[in-house]
Amino acid sequence: MDINMKLYLRFLAIHIKSLMQHKVSFLLTTLGQFLISFNVFLGIYFMFQRFHRLQGYEFSEVLLCFSIVLMGFTIAETFVRGFDQFAGTIANGEFDRILLRPRNEIFLVLAGKIELSRIGRLLQAIIILFYAVTTTNITWSPDKAITLVLMIIGGSVVFGSLFVIYASICFFTLEGLEFMNILTDGGREFGMYPLDIYGKGVLKFCTYFVPYALFQYYPFLYLTGRTTNKLYMLLPVASCAFAIPTYFIWRFGVRHYKSTGS
Amino acid sequence: MKKYISFFRMRFIAGLQYRAAALAGIATQFAWGTLLILMYKAFYAADPEAFPMSFQALSSYMWLQQAFLALFMTWFFENDIFRLIMDGGIAYEICRPINLYDMWFTRNMANRLSKALLRCFPILIIAAFLPDPYGMRLPVNLSAAFWFLITMILGYLIVVAFSMFVYIATFFTLSPTGVKLAAVSAVEFLSGSVIPLPFLPDNIRRVLELLPFASMQNVPLRIYSGDIVGGEIYYRFGLQLFWVVILIFFGKLFMGKALKKAVVQGG
Repeated sequence: MDINMKLYLRFLAIHIKSLMQHKVSFLLTTLGQFLISFNVFLGIYFMFQRFHRLQGYEFSEVLLCFSIVLMGFTIAETFVRGFDQFAGTIANGEFDRILLRPRNEIFLVLAGKIELSRIGRLLQAIIILFYAVTTTNITWSPDKAITLVLMIIGGSVVFGSLFVIYASICFFTLEGLEFMNILTDGGREFGMYPLDIYGKGVLKFCTYFVPYALFQYYPFLYLTGRTTNKLYMLLPVASCAFAIPTYFIWRFGVRHYKSTGS
Repeated sequence: MKKYISFFRMRFIAGLQYRAAALAGIATQFAWGTLLILMYKAFYAADPEAFPMSFQALSSYMWLQQAFLALFMTWFFENDIFRLIMDGGIAYEICRPINLYDMWFTRNMANRLSKALLRCFPILIIAAFLPDPYGMRLPVNLSAAFWFLITMILGYLIVVAFSMFVYIATFFTLSPTGVKLAAVSAVEFLSGSVIPLPFLPDNIRRVLELLPFASMQNVPLRIYSGDIVGGEIYYRFGLQLFWVVILIFFGKLFMGKALKKAVVQGG
């Protein structure tokens, strides 16, 4: 097995061990995570109770969209949490220590923090996805199942990249920028509905600037049979390319890193 | 009283220093408000009849919600206070010749107010220039403006009184995350910050409106946009007064109980 993989699993084992030292706290946090995104679900539920349809989308279709985005976001938050909390890593000098170690710094930041309490939210996403999959009129076929998996992967990569960009900006500001929240948390909150409901401008932004629509809206059209264009099915793969500019932004940040000296 | 006022002033002025953070906050809130309004617009297009208020009222509601987010956000806590309780710093706080409840209450008030004042005006002014029915408009009449201010202050006190309960609960659980997350997620929904309460089915809404959470942002924002009018205003105002008194009374009671058996953690 690859040495990095082995090392990562070692880190993961340590994280699990340390969590098990505080079992009750872990359970409560997991439960809290489960509840906190539950009210978004309630919001969608009551809106559909009142309006029944949204631009031709049904409740179960929107839930499908919501659960896919929530799952992508949660996977990213679980494994890329080290970047999400990077401001702290810079402030306490931890990054100096990381740079001294004989491993790639991205690897070390990734392995340094794995937020397993997000399982609570993942569980909710899985339940909603299951409910949505069984209640929609979509006739499932292998290519649609693949589309679904690609959407989740694309979502994880895009949200993960956003966390890395957020961390890269910290090299210059030393503090997290609140504005990035609209891209991360906002992407999750507003990604619950198919992105075209916000109008053409927002859809364009989400296609060309931050590629949310490439893993959400376009493949969703294919999934629900609104288009038969096979290209739409593969667009989540294209959204993963967002990681490339992200990598360069990160490199640029690291090169400008000055220790805070504390 | 004087010491609390000067403490308030101190915290308030300290809060005003974070101007760059406020700028980022303004941009975020503005983008957030825009997307929310676009979302409701899509629902409005789906079925205008089912919309429980005029679209203009909704737009004003959303912009006010974003502009005064700092006053009404129930998920915001001062981590310093949690830290004091968890690492034993509380010992110093107890030594001071002050009432801890009043002190923390003042501190939260000052922090929220400074944040809100730095952020609200740019958002409201930009939103005022947006075209009908998406922009921010003046209140329907002078009395609505008056009652908006009064009920906003009460709502803000209720939010702070609520957050005091979460701080106090930390004395007993010592790990704030679980309690915080559970309380916050429920209250967010019940206060109408996920979707405004009028969008809920009538029977559920009628029950929720009796709870203290509906006395937070729900009352002032709906008075402003003319969704709550006439005698209804006095009723909601009375309910708010009732909850402020009750929440502060029980907050002080629990705080006393917590302090009696507080354990100073760490060294």
